[in-house]
Amino acid sequence: MGKERTYEEINQKIRTGKAVVLTAEEVLDLIAEKGVSGAAKRVDVVTTGTFGPMCSSGLFLNFGHPRPRIKMSEVYLNGVPAYAGIAAVDAYLGATALPPGDPRNRDHPGEFIYGGGHVIEDLVAGKEIRLEAHGYGTDCYPSKKVETSFRLSEINEATLYNPRNCYQNYSAAVNLGQKTIYTYMGILKPRLGNAYYSSAGQLSPLLNDPLLKTIGIGTRIFLGGGEGYIAWHGTQHNPSAARGENKVPLGPAATIAVVGDLKKMHWRWLRGLSFLGYGATLKVGLGIPIPILNEEIMSYCAVRDEEIYTQVVDFGRDYPHGESSELGLVSYAELKSGTVRICDRDVPAASLSSYAGAREIAGILKGWIQAGDFTLTPPAAPLPSAEAGIKLQPLPQRNPYPGGM
Amino acid sequence: MAVKQKLVFRFPSSVVEQPIIYRLVKDFDLMVNILRADINPNKEGRLMLELSGSESDYRRAIEWLRSEGLRIMNLKQQIIWNEDRCTQCGACSVICPSGALGLRRPEMRVSFEEDRCIVCELCLKACPARAMESLIEDRG
Ligand code: SF4
Ligand code: SF4
Repeated sequence: MGKERTYEEINQKIRTGKAVVLTAEEVLDLIAEKGVSGAAKRVDVVTTGTFGPMCSSGLFLNFGHPRPRIKMSEVYLNGVPAYAGIAAVDAYLGATALPPGDPRNRDHPGEFIYGGGHVIEDLVAGKEIRLEAHGYGTDCYPSKKVETSFRLSEINEATLYNPRNCYQNYSAAVNLGQKTIYTYMGILKPRLGNAYYSSAGQLSPLLNDPLLKTIGIGTRIFLGGGEGYIAWHGTQHNPSAARGENKVPLGPAATIAVVGDLKKMHWRWLRGLSFLGYGATLKVGLGIPIPILNEEIMSYCAVRDEEIYTQVVDFGRDYPHGESSELGLVSYAELKSGTVRICDRDVPAASLSSYAGAREIAGILKGWIQAGDFTLTPPAAPLPSAEAGIKLQPLPQRNPYPGGM
Repeated sequence: MAVKQKLVFRFPSSVVEQPIIYRLVKDFDLMVNILRADINPNKEGRLMLELSGSESDYRRAIEWLRSEGLRIMNLKQQIIWNEDRCTQCGACSVICPSGALGLRRPEMRVSFEEDRCIVCELCLKACPARAMESLIEDRG
């Protein structure tokens, strides 16, 4: 083992402007030239990034009280409902929430023009948001209705809390069926007409630390253009997924829950999206710095698109029915070339997450660290990793009323 | 002088039966590039095309078309790529049939070449960020 570094040593270099910081893409050239151990000697931090649709995202809000006070039990922001089953003037706005009047998929494929993700984008952009709230009235909270408008700067808190972001790898989606389908993985044309994928590959945060040796609870990150933190492992966290020899998972694996102050974020990195025939969501920009504590950590950051594989999944039949697809693995190098070979066919491939955006985020984070503005946080606790024995479970489907009702 | 013009023809269903395109080519020596056709029996038809040829042939053709009952407008429909709304995902690159929207490699950035756009409008709803917009300005 070569040189070891501590978080404190790295932070000292960051504070004095001496840290050597490269993005997960830039470091590949250095590794090609100097090898992993040579690069590990020189580099203190590698920055990563991803900018993709992340449905499990949302916002905790505290509106402050009107006079007289209200216990909000129904809340609408620009017509989009937020969950109000928490304290009086708190609510949680989910990225995929839709106005009650949205036609959904009644005229298939529905357009889903405006949902929770769009409200979040508008809030962050400083736009005025319409608020309608209803309460049932109590002795302490007598108001039954409030209708007003506000801007982000005018409410107490807006805390982005995303229960599942930043998937460590994701399946590539195709359609083996006979008609076009409209999915959260985009518009999939029949008979292998196209493939969509959604990962930044070699720039993606959790693919550069596949066993979560540095990324943990409390890790400070780039979130939506501002600073955020990893709060927990994400929902559906599956570090037990099959891995290649380089320890990189071969399909969807680890996830993280993240939190941050929306008021410090930027609309460029929190974008409302409309997936035709599927729904509304939020595109989240997220970047994680990886401290190069030793050669082993650098060896993980050395991973290239050619060495990251993902499973191909048929969304025409297998995925909706919860069955596994046997369509093999493809590398991100192939996917990014724009054509992948699946079932002996050349299939046009495109991404839903933005590689250019990922690259920009890794660059911004690098800039923050170089400027001494952003130091690294050792995890307060590790995230469960490969050895944790986590098993993803399907929903039990039993008759809730044995004996019949 | 040569003319190259994008046009929208609107015509009653009775005209649909006529070999308009054939005559434009044969009698007026024009080059026709059909951008889009919405033709339903029993309804007003709509044809978007680009005509090119000599100015005199073009003028004669337009006169003849009008005499056949077609309403002709200069097509100012433009598909607009709002670059600041574009998130640079590249999802449109496998939807756009003409190659107008494509991903440049290795930059992995999308570019829009308006000249290649055939105004099929597929990108309008396929772009999750709704960065593509159609501006229609029909001028009589
Ligand atoms: S699909 Fe939309 S957001 Fe994505 S690259 Fe194309 S125009 Fe840009
Ligand atoms: S309208 Fe959109 S999808 Fe169709 S050719 Fe033009 S850019 Fe491509």
